[in-house]
Amino acid sequence: MTKIKTQYNRRSFLKVSAAAGGGMLIGFSWLTGCTSDKKMDKIAVPNEWFDINGYIKIGDTGLVTIYSPNPEIGQNVRTSMPMIVADELDVDWENVVVEQAPLNTGFYQNQFAGGSLSIKLSWNALRMAGATGRRMLLEAAAKEWQLNVSDLSVEKGIIKEKNGERTVSYGEIASKAVGIEIPEEVELKEISDFKLIGTSIKNVDGKKIVTGEPLFGLDFHREGMKLAMIQHPPAFGMKIKDFNEAEIKAMPGIDDAFIIDTTIEEPDWCDEKGFLQLIAIVGDSTWQLMKAKKAIKANWETIRPLESSESHLANLEQALLSGKVGQSRRDGNPEAAFKKAAKVIERTYSSPFMAHNTMEPMNFFANVTDSSAELIGPVQTPEALEKSVSKLLNLDLENVTVNMTRMGGGFGRRLYVHFGVEAAAISKRIGAPVKLIYSREDDMTQGTYRPAYRSTYKAGLDENNNLIAFTVRGAGLPEGPVFPNRFPAGSVDNYAAEQISGETNITTGAWRAPRSHFTAGAEQAFLDEVAELAGKDPIDFRLELFNRAISNPVGDEYEYDAERYAGVLKLVKEKCNWGETKPGVYRGVAAYFCHSSYVAEVVDLVLENGQPKIKNVWCAVDCGIVVNPDGAKHQIEGGVIDGIGHAMYSQLTFDNGVPNQMNFDTYQMIRHSQAPENIEVFFIENEIAPTGLGEPGLPPAVGALANALYQATGKRITEQPFSLNMNVGEKQLLG
Amino acid sequence: MPTFNLKINNKKHTVDTDADTPLLWVLRDEINLVGTKYGCGIGQCGACTIHVDGSAMRSCLLQVSQAEGKNITTIEGLSEEGDHPVQKAWLEHDVPQCGYCQSGQIMNAAAFLKENPNPTDEDIETAMDGNICRCGTYTRIKKAIKTASKL
Repeated sequence: MTKIKTQYNRRSFLKVSAAAGGGMLIGFSWLTGCTSDKKMDKIAVPNEWFDINGYIKIGDTGLVTIYSPNPEIGQNVRTSMPMIVADELDVDWENVVVEQAPLNTGFYQNQFAGGSLSIKLSWNALRMAGATGRRMLLEAAAKEWQLNVSDLSVEKGIIKEKNGERTVSYGEIASKAVGIEIPEEVELKEISDFKLIGTSIKNVDGKKIVTGEPLFGLDFHREGMKLAMIQHPPAFGMKIKDFNEAEIKAMPGIDDAFIIDTTIEEPDWCDEKGFLQLIAIVGDSTWQLMKAKKAIKANWETIRPLESSESHLANLEQALLSGKVGQSRRDGNPEAAFKKAAKVIERTYSSPFMAHNTMEPMNFFANVTDSSAELIGPVQTPEALEKSVSKLLNLDLENVTVNMTRMGGGFGRRLYVHFGVEAAAISKRIGAPVKLIYSREDDMTQGTYRPAYRSTYKAGLDENNNLIAFTVRGAGLPEGPVFPNRFPAGSVDNYAAEQISGETNITTGAWRAPRSHFTAGAEQAFLDEVAELAGKDPIDFRLELFNRAISNPVGDEYEYDAERYAGVLKLVKEKCNWGETKPGVYRGVAAYFCHSSYVAEVVDLVLENGQPKIKNVWCAVDCGIVVNPDGAKHQIEGGVIDGIGHAMYSQLTFDNGVPNQMNFDTYQMIRHSQAPENIEVFFIENEIAPTGLGEPGLPPAVGALANALYQATGKRITEQPFSLNMNVGEKQLLG
Repeated sequence: MPTFNLKINNKKHTVDTDADTPLLWVLRDEINLVGTKYGCGIGQCGACTIHVDGSAMRSCLLQVSQAEGKNITTIEGLSEEGDHPVQKAWLEHDVPQCGYCQSGQIMNAAAFLKENPNPTDEDIETAMDGNICRCGTYTRIKKAIKTASKL
């Protein structure tokens, strides 16, 4: 058994114990309605609840509430995090209900949804919470029976006397466990003893979702609350001067209209940088607000240059030539190696700005008084929102509360907290609770977009077709996409990688698998071309490089584990019967490491009427221990579809600072008929602590798609979106 | 403000609202049936799909004045116990990720399966192409529709 010190969390656990009986949730009737949807056939609703620690509350009937600490954006942590607690606690999952925990930095660490980090960062804390609870319940029973804890066993929430007949359920003993001192050290289960971890437990909110129950921020309702919408300047680089306030206020159903200023002194990374002054309109009907929004006549002033897609391309090209280099790496002497190389190849790849387009547009509820601010809604970084609101309103942190609703998608968009800050500013101004709603157009045109990128790759082969030099220069608006210490760093003698920043007024931010989404596509397509130039099989070529990184690595260090990287490639090779050919079916492979997980993917596609139709995608994944296999598969499937969709179809272009795409009629998202017909996901089995899955499935899909498209069309497509740059014709037809 | 008499999920509702109000906002703001989702407001994403006299329609494009005298069904009224074959199949395949688009997907699938109880893959793709999912649940949706067609 693994023993683990609980000291790190002792203070926070004790804090909760002190509050025992009071219950942790602040008792919003709406939010407590957001418990998981399991029907309690076997067990009665408790009369009394006992707080065991910050994660666990046990009812006198044996019903167990587990608080899910992190925000749920579709990555399924509301199911997988409580599973980990429940496994160590040793309870019957049938008796568990899940509740969303509010933001509480005293109880929990890392209460955010980002970087595919929820499970990775909380693995130990969740196990410890369960194991501590189990230990306290056992101690309570031992005390009751005048025995030692070692005389007892427990299964599915029933404590048994090993050498006797007595049993007691968690529900019966819970009241006595409340006062028990938190153990200094607890034992964690052996991995082979897990009962829930490693099983496919269904989404705890499934029933509520398919019956349309209120779960999302946009569904939140509080008696007496107002509705509000905002209008931001039409172009990045513009600022509001004034608007027809009186006319708007006089419109039917409109209570008020005014300009809010959300400027925060010393703004953080998560704060708005583009539109700090906004027109806000308040009323009771979303439709009347939408009509009033259309009637706004405003004067805007230009305070910064208005950029267009042409100027963005020029900026990127200029940055590649002479931009400021940030992170970089250099091994050997690439320039000299290129000079003596037998073959040299160079390619430039690019991708446009993209919007997040969570299906639920930005929104937030705020109730601000002179001394407090209460915020409820969809946010990936509740702590950041708490801080920003406290700064904006000059309130102490403890007077700002944040509760999280289920989110209609995150993808990085809700790491940025301006919509919550705006709701707070509006509530303060009107002195009433308010729910701010973005229209789809607001959402798409006031983004924290995925940056635009452009990278140039160059490779040199010697006369024996060995890769002797590899360089990449990658520029982005505003952040360069290159990870200098990732593959193929460590596997090539002469290597250089440079990350270059460009300037833009367009607001950007993290977008599902930041930088990796572009770099995996570019690098894996380039390596495919290099393999072809070398006359080598693309998988064998990559494995050759991993072998080099394992046996005789270049440089001091590199970021990935080459054995695990090679492992997923070998697994996908086996699963897809690599080497097998079918007439009219074209195949591409890619592998990528990001967010601490390894994923290799093979795409099979055919061309139908000149359009690619993806028949199958095989995915091999190494994310350590798989907590919930079907949920994990689902994350990879989603990443594949999302990656293929955005690489094929999506872009946000600009004219004079104005986004050209404002809704789904012009911004193309992948649809049913364009999605892969089948996706198969396989996991490497090991006992490594689990790592993230929300993002790593996406990046390799872009490279595997590009490589399959090359096989199909004979054309290397280097610019996203691929669909606009294909000039599709089957290779055979092209001759 | 004019008054409209609506029949939603077999219950009568009277609402006072502008005649041009899309049914979507009547459902969400006036009747508190928030299972029908707002996604785009222009009939492009399908999140607001409801049944009007049994056919799938986008409630963001249907004005309240056009909804009088019709039988309106929302996700909340698709089945009494949440056990419509499409809902059951959705749970069996654990389709939702974030879940936001799913009530629209389910309503569209339910109406389509009534018209075409034994769809081919191509039929499903054509019928479902108006419903966007950013999480990428399309392959599971297709499997669930096939399962539902057998229930």
